[in-house]
Amino acid sequence: MNNASFVSHAELADLLRRLSEQAEVWVPTRQAMTPHRPMFRPFQAGMDLDFQPMPVTSAKGVLFPQGEELLKFRKEKSLSEATVTTLLWEDPAVFRPTIVFGCRPCDARGFLVFDRAFLQGSFVDPFYKARRDKNLVVSMVCPEPDAACFCGAVGSHPADTEGSDVQMIPVKEGYVLHGLTEKGQEFLKNVENTPSQAQQEEARQVWTSAQGSVDSGASLTDDAQHFFKRFADTAFWRFHTERCLSCGVCTYLCPTCYCFTLTDETNGVHGERLRSWDACMFHHFTQEASGHNPRPTKAERFRNRVGHKFSYFPEKHGRFACCGCGRCLRHCPVGMDIRAIVRALGESEEVHD
Amino acid sequence: MTRTQLKEHPYRPHLAVIKEIIQETPTIRTFRLTWKDPAVSAHFSFQPGQVGQLSAFGVGESTFVINSPPTRREYLQFSVMRTGEVTRALHQLNVGDTVGVRAPLGNSFPYTSMKGRDILFIGGGIGMAPLRTLLLTMIDNRADFGDITVIYGARSPEDLCYRYEFDAWRAARVNLVLTVDREFPGWTERVGFVPTILAEEAPNPYNRVAITCGPPIMIKFVLAGLRELGYEDDQIYTTLERRMKCGIGLCGRCNIGGTYVCVDGPVFSGTALRAMPPEL
Repeated sequence: MNNASFVSHAELADLLRRLSEQAEVWVPTRQAMTPHRPMFRPFQAGMDLDFQPMPVTSAKGVLFPQGEELLKFRKEKSLSEATVTTLLWEDPAVFRPTIVFGCRPCDARGFLVFDRAFLQGSFVDPFYKARRDKNLVVSMVCPEPDAACFCGAVGSHPADTEGSDVQMIPVKEGYVLHGLTEKGQEFLKNVENTPSQAQQEEARQVWTSAQGSVDSGASLTDDAQHFFKRFADTAFWRFHTERCLSCGVCTYLCPTCYCFTLTDETNGVHGERLRSWDACMFHHFTQEASGHNPRPTKAERFRNRVGHKFSYFPEKHGRFACCGCGRCLRHCPVGMDIRAIVRALGESEEVHD
Repeated sequence: MTRTQLKEHPYRPHLAVIKEIIQETPTIRTFRLTWKDPAVSAHFSFQPGQVGQLSAFGVGESTFVINSPPTRREYLQFSVMRTGEVTRALHQLNVGDTVGVRAPLGNSFPYTSMKGRDILFIGGGIGMAPLRTLLLTMIDNRADFGDITVIYGARSPEDLCYRYEFDAWRAARVNLVLTVDREFPGWTERVGFVPTILAEEAPNPYNRVAITCGPPIMIKFVLAGLRELGYEDDQIYTTLERRMKCGIGLCGRCNIGGTYVCVDGPVFSGTALRAMPPEL
């Protein structure tokens, strides 16, 4: 492979420091609250970087922040009519360029789901677009997928390049970087060293062995096609969602979940309209003002989650809204396994209450 | 990039001023609005059935149908039932206050295909709002339509919206059948639930389109009643309600299968309803 650069372990922090002068660089780092697995955070000198275990959080917040301001306004009392209030828009915020550094291939593919929803749907989301235009994704080949990983079942693998601008391959002495897009090749100008022949060879081996290192079972595509046949099978959904606590952790950690809510906050005459993550696993999510709720129990809500990821979204956008990162089952307090539910869709056995 | 450079910010409402407030029922108020920006005023257009997000700044947004017809451009009208935080805040506003409007959103009634046909409207309570838009558009083009029958019911006489317009509707040769759930002193029109009155009136389905909106339970029985009378799926239209936030098919709460009520609806034909998963 041409157009490769090399960064040693010793040089990495300096590279990130230099990059963070141009952009906000998000890296997997160990935090006191998550000592066993890293989380994505903006780089700061002295951080405890860790590219090894799958991070608890994905980097989705870089392009789709957990909370962001969509509008800012100020209310003003009319001087001539005491009961009347008018409204003025206030100064806008500024978007900084961002680099996601060292995410997994699954997370990089997660952004492609967002691209379909936010850029290629009925409307373009200008906030997402502005961030996406100024964003670069450096993903790292995943040498040791863990038990919850199932990227292989959703059409990917641990060395997948789709959605990445640069691919990092871990070798003994550091990382070999490949520019995959124009943006990615431009980025490599920041990394002057060229890998040696031996490092290139080692990278090739790491890449090849990583490619087949995840055992996710067969593709979920065929199973997913049975979704509508099971739609009205309430007993099936009740049986498979019995344990669910509706805590929503699966959606918050998911690199492809993008449901949100809009709320207003005010402080005196100043106010803002905020967008924040929300989740279809919550009871109030679809509850109407009249009290009617089209998804009244967790069975209907989980059905919607499965349907959205494996049926509705693929039908509209041609790909699963799931990247197989496995966070939803790795961190589920009761061990819900969305793969198992999708696989069960096509099983002939009837489930009874 | 700064926020002001964002082109076509779909979350940013246009500002409008409340010109008139009509107390329709004890819990429903109609707001008549005009745009603040003359450029918006000049370019704004919509089709009957489309909705808008109305903002009470500092509290939030809710979705309502634009219930004035596109044929009348002096104001934009929304009828708001007080049920939650946003609607309560809207009810507290005064004439002259500023609200935000993101509109038009969603699809509309297939008005053109209804020309030359007889029309049946079946409304319940606040569900008359989306029907009013289409009804007034038809009244303003009365020669394009045959018989227009409106069956409109509410719990009590004081729960009927747009009472002050009933005479004008009748003057435009609209066969208006009014009903309330039970007897009330002084009430001289029909008594009984809307689906019952529909069965009694039994408007002939020949070359007719039926459009219904009301509480979900009413819609369910009206659809059954229409099919009983011989109406085919493609002769029936209804609007669906869902909780909405973004209004642009993204936030994920108004979907029924792969259909998003905020962009693919709120208007659906009987045929479209049958093709959707049973999650109403």
